[in-house]
Amino acid sequence: MQPFLSNQAREPGRGTYLDGVRAAAPIGVAALAFGVSFGVLARAAGMGRIAPVVMSVTTFAGSAQFAVASILGAGGGLVTAIVAAVLLNLRYGPIGLSAATTFEGPWWRRALTAQLIVDESWAIAQREDGRLDRRLLIGAGLLLLVGWTAGTAIGAFAGDLIADPTSLGLDAAFPALFLALLWSQVRDRSRLLAALGGAAIALALMPFTGPGIPIVVASLACLVGARRQP
Amino acid sequence: MSAVWISVLAVGLATMAIKAAGPLLLARRTPPPRAQAALEHLAPALLAALVVTQALGGDDGGFTIDARLAGLAAGAAALLLRAPLLVVITAAAVTAAVVRLIA
Repeated sequence: MQPFLSNQAREPGRGTYLDGVRAAAPIGVAALAFGVSFGVLARAAGMGRIAPVVMSVTTFAGSAQFAVASILGAGGGLVTAIVAAVLLNLRYGPIGLSAATTFEGPWWRRALTAQLIVDESWAIAQREDGRLDRRLLIGAGLLLLVGWTAGTAIGAFAGDLIADPTSLGLDAAFPALFLALLWSQVRDRSRLLAALGGAAIALALMPFTGPGIPIVVASLACLVGARRQP
Repeated sequence: MSAVWISVLAVGLATMAIKAAGPLLLARRTPPPRAQAALEHLAPALLAALVVTQALGGDDGGFTIDARLAGLAAGAAALLLRAPLLVVITAAAVTAAVVRLIA
C-alpha cells in the first residue's frame, strides 16, 4: 500500500534523515513548482521580491501564503488576508499535538523542529505503529522547505518567463498527492472510518464556512480511533 | 511598515506559534492511551479532508467543479496501478492541463 516509501521508512523507529529526504523527493518537485507559482502570483499581487521569499521560509504553508497573495492582490484588506491565512493554518494545531511526543530536547529545539511540520512531511513521517518518526519528519520537512523557498525565489525573480501554473494543472497535483498520502494511511477499518468521517465533515461544512474551517473540524473524525482500546 | 510586510510578519508569527503549540504544551507528557489512539487517526482524517477541499474548494469557500476532478481521477487510476508518487502527481497535473486545453 506504500508504493513510494522505502522499506526502511516503514520499519518502526528505523527511519533516517536521508529516508525522509528520499521519501519526500517526488513531493519536493511539486513543492518547487508550486513555490514558483506562489512567487509569480505574489509578485503580481504587489508583494515585491523579498517578502514572498521571507514568507516561504517563515510561514512555510502553501495554501495560506496563496490566500494572502490573492487577497492582497485583489485589493482585499490586510486583516482579511491575515485571518484567512491563520484559519488555513489552524489545522497545524491538532497536527502539532499528534507530533508532540516525538520531539526531543529543550523547548526551543522542539519549537524549532515543529516548524518543519507541513501536511506532506507529517504524512511521510507516520509509522506503521501509529507514532511519528522524528527523523523522517525532519528530513522530509527540510527538503520541502528548500524546494518551496527556492521555487518562490525563482518565481519572484524570474516569474516573467514562466507560464500560468493553473494552465499547467498544478492545482490538480495536490489533491492527487494527498490522495496518495492517504492511500498509505488507510491500513485498517478504523483508519478508513476516520478518513471517511474527515471527508464527510469537510464536504458538509464547505458550503457554509470559509476555507480552512472544514479541515480543522474534520480533524474531529480522529475520535473514531478512541473507541478502540489499545 | 507596508501591508505586505505586516501580513508576512503576522502570518509568519501566528503560523510558527500554531505549529509549536502542541510540542510545547505536551512536552514530555504522554497523552492517555485513548487520546493517543485518537491522535494516531488524525492523519487519515485530515488527509481525506485535504483531498476533498483541494479538489473541490472554491476561492471564497463553497464548491468549484473544474479540471481538478479529472486530474484527481487520473491520479487515483495511477495509484490503483501502483504507480510511484511522482507518476501519480504528474498524471493528475497533465490530465487537468489537457482538459483545460480542450475545454
